[in-house]
Amino acid sequence: MLDTAYRVEIPGGIHLEAQVVGPIPRIFAFTIDLVIRGIILAALSIASIPLGLDGVGGGFFLILLFVIEWLYPVLFELLARGQTPGKKLLGIAVVNDDLSPVTLGSSLVRNLLRTVDFLPFFYLAGVVTMLSNRHFQRLGDLAAGTLVISIAKSAQAASLEDVPPLAPVTQLSRSEQTAIVEFLQRSAHLSQPRQQELATILEGITHQAGEDGVERLRRHGAWYLGMR
Amino acid sequence: MKQHEFEALHQELWRQIDSALENPARADNTALLAEHYLSLCRQLAIAKERMYDAALVERLNNRSLGLYRELYRYRAETRLNFYAFLRRDFPLAIFRHRFFILIALVAMILPGLVAGTWTYFDDEAIYSVLDGSQVRHMERIYDPEARKIGREREADTDLFMFGFYIKNNISVAFRCFAGGLLLGIGTLLVLFFNGMFMGSIAGHLTRLDFVDTFYPFVIGHGAFELTAIVFSGAAGLRLGYAIINPGHSSRLDSLRQAGREVVPMLYGIVVMLTIAAFLEAFWSSSSSLPIAFKYSVGAILWILVLLYSFSGRRHESR
Repeated sequence: MLDTAYRVEIPGGIHLEAQVVGPIPRIFAFTIDLVIRGIILAALSIASIPLGLDGVGGGFFLILLFVIEWLYPVLFELLARGQTPGKKLLGIAVVNDDLSPVTLGSSLVRNLLRTVDFLPFFYLAGVVTMLSNRHFQRLGDLAAGTLVISIAKSAQAASLEDVPPLAPVTQLSRSEQTAIVEFLQRSAHLSQPRQQELATILEGITHQAGEDGVERLRRHGAWYLGMR
Repeated sequence: MKQHEFEALHQELWRQIDSALENPARADNTALLAEHYLSLCRQLAIAKERMYDAALVERLNNRSLGLYRELYRYRAETRLNFYAFLRRDFPLAIFRHRFFILIALVAMILPGLVAGTWTYFDDEAIYSVLDGSQVRHMERIYDPEARKIGREREADTDLFMFGFYIKNNISVAFRCFAGGLLLGIGTLLVLFFNGMFMGSIAGHLTRLDFVDTFYPFVIGHGAFELTAIVFSGAAGLRLGYAIINPGHSSRLDSLRQAGREVVPMLYGIVVMLTIAAFLEAFWSSSSSLPIAFKYSVGAILWILVLLYSFSGRRHESR
């Protein structure tokens, strides 16, 4: 099964979970960064003309060319919480494999080794490596012990004020109760027929089918949530 | 406690945490963040234990992750202690990479010596390594008549050349390091070709009797540049070796371990190549200084670099 969940025990004694990110968003992020780098370079080359291209301006330009070529990702990953501008737009970030923020050493290693991920052309080695391990790490990530996770915002809880709670007649186990609560929470994202289909399966509990079954189930959910 | 009650109880704290995470710049109160973080960890554990619904657990998880990343940023930001690095960490890393340094040195010097001897005795040999225009370029920039040595156009200023050397030399070193991931082969190739080019150029220029321009030019910055290239080779070979011979750990763990150990070498290489670029641009190119003086300074720089490179052993704990 393809499971993008990455679990790690962190100080605090709990297991945190993050979703690792596959090649597609990372390629988008990289492309956005490439465009940004291009714009910066164009701006810099224009800015260094008045300083003299074979003098101070040229020297300055070459140093910045070096910095942008090799250190652009390192600078952003360190100063902007693991996010280059492209990664920020895509809602993804680089972290160490314990989910802590990436450090200078690991960022440097993963970005210098980009050269090898790029081989033989267009990041083929990197993408193949990403697809052949569980956490979508490219070669540089494997050596640096880093991964790219999604830090998209979690959805807000649905408003349930209009559901009058109702105690169910049957005694249910904890996991069954959780399933009914989750049905209530997600019902906004499910189509009417699908909801009815699901509710009909539980006719033994709600003693109602179809539309009424859905309503019953939602009210039981509200009751299990502890609404009074 | 039912979930609804639980959510109502902690709503206010969660709102505070969310707004702190949205404006991390304003949330500079680390102690408060840490306190929030601990409460949040406890709540997440409780929510999981009581089997509250998945959406709530996910929201708590993401909040905890956000705070965790915020709190541990302080570790990530820990300032590098540059003095301690130069004094202890870098020499120690050099000492620990000594076998790889030896291999990298041989991989660069051997082809250099062979190619150099060949081009010294055979007038045509240089053309097997470089093409005609490159040879003419080399002969021109080390021409004893030149006012500035080592440059195509005499108009190029020292600052321009400084930028040029930074970009070129550090890129070569980085590529040499990265090639190590290909089981060390990439690194060996970079070392081999660099050694061969430098050797054949030195041999050819010696044959042409450009001795008084070429050697005083290269001796000064060479101390830093050649050593740093060998170090970058050693760091690359360390990665390759970690994959080839992982010992008792898995290849992946072994590679990660190597990835951590080479970091001080990488910092050191950047420092050394920056010094080398500075010397090459502002010192080596001068043709007005007496040759004996340039040789003496060059020799002193070599001795200092070598003494420094051998100073790591005493920091190794026994």
